[in-house]
Amino acid sequence: MNIFKKTIFSVLLSLLVMGNVYADKIRIGTEGAYPPWNSKNEAGKLIGFEVELAYTLCRYIGQQCVIVEQDWDGMIPALIMRKFDAIMAGMSITAERQKAISFSQGYADEVASLAVMKGSSLEGLDTSAGINLTKPNAAAKKDLKTLTAALAGKTVCVQTATIHQNFLDSGDVGKVNVRTYKTQDEVNLDLASGRCDAALAAAVAFSDYAEKSGKPVVLTGPTFSGGAFGNGVGVGIRKDDTELLKKFNAAINKARKNGDISRIATKWFGFDASM
Amino acid sequence: MDLELMTNSFPKLLSAAVITLKLLSVSLIIGLFIGLFFAILRLSKNILINRFAYGYSYIFRGTPLLVQIFIIYFGLGQIEYLRSTALWVILKEPYWCAIIAFALNTGAYTSEILRSAFQTIKPGIIEAGKSLGISNKVIFYKIQIPIAVRQSLPAYGNEIILMMKGTSLASTVTIMDLTGVAKYIISTTFKPIEVFIVAGGIYLFMTFIIHNVIKFLEKKYSFN
Repeated sequence: MNIFKKTIFSVLLSLLVMGNVYADKIRIGTEGAYPPWNSKNEAGKLIGFEVELAYTLCRYIGQQCVIVEQDWDGMIPALIMRKFDAIMAGMSITAERQKAISFSQGYADEVASLAVMKGSSLEGLDTSAGINLTKPNAAAKKDLKTLTAALAGKTVCVQTATIHQNFLDSGDVGKVNVRTYKTQDEVNLDLASGRCDAALAAAVAFSDYAEKSGKPVVLTGPTFSGGAFGNGVGVGIRKDDTELLKKFNAAINKARKNGDISRIATKWFGFDASM
Repeated sequence: MDLELMTNSFPKLLSAAVITLKLLSVSLIIGLFIGLFFAILRLSKNILINRFAYGYSYIFRGTPLLVQIFIIYFGLGQIEYLRSTALWVILKEPYWCAIIAFALNTGAYTSEILRSAFQTIKPGIIEAGKSLGISNKVIFYKIQIPIAVRQSLPAYGNEIILMMKGTSLASTVTIMDLTGVAKYIISTTFKPIEVFIVAGGIYLFMTFIIHNVIKFLEKKYSFN
């Protein structure tokens, strides 16, 4: 065997061994840009509700975890292409996504809301506190009408490929000028600069931004749940990976029972968003 | 491979390609004027003017286009003073921010292409003009510019193709160009390969057209 063959052989061998090392670790994909759900600290380390919860769930499963960073708009394709085995990225369980992947039971509730800059004409809309769109009642229908009138011709900014974008595209609030961004950070920047008349995302994403940046961002209109907004946030898993799905469901049950999810949620959100 | 998705997304992507072509043509036209202007400045004997023009091309050729777009779009948007000026009417729109970034970028490259083309003109040609008693101005407009334009065609053709691919970055500032719409379709279907193959095919076709137009012009205006 000449030296060239030897080198190739040893490289291939080491790749095989490395593959095995990774095989028994669960790789979890997250975005790292959606605080307080998941984000990065100054040192570039992934932090947030879901990062802490992921490690807790893995402890219950009894396997080691690696958390992998992935841009939001490629999250589901990356899961399908086996770049990682599970998604924990503030991803709501929706019928549309369930066509492509499976979800565990929900572990937290994401409450969506519109946000505007203080002093905007959209501030203090006359709506109820919150509406559920799964089976919209009279009050919810009235609120949607109010929103349709208020948002007509306005530019509403959302992160791309989110439930928030789906909702605006669904036409429930009429013809809105929807602008999509790669990350929530960029949505926040353009809301503050005045390019967006309003933005739609998780209410906590806006309160987190307002707190950290000191910008006068205020929530307006009702909070949204159900319908296009899905049924809580769950762990996304490949459809053929039923074994892992069972493991995660069991781990979520245990973590919920022991109060871990409530504790971690309260730590990151300031209130108990667990479900 | 989801062939149905590919055929379904084709018309949507094709109409988005029109936005791409609009971005490309508007920024190329503006960029050509900027490029010509700075190429002439580069030929100046005045060291200050020369350095200024060099600095411009150095900065815009030395930084990534993505960074330039982000600075113009997100960066300028952060300056509160700017938002109270009339400039904000233009800078508020993602479309114009992208055009400004693209035009300044391609302008820098074009100025280099034209400058080197001017410098390759043999002194004998200009001297011949002078010996016929033609004024410097006429020599410049009727001799130097036509020769320089012909000389720079191959390099400029490459620049057009590079710029066409560069416009895909417009999608990062919310513009629904070819790449933007491709990403949007992927965000609802979760099938990147199919959609990007179609989008890539459309880009390739546009490159093919540009390439052949330039080749035709090169032949038409060849010196032989």
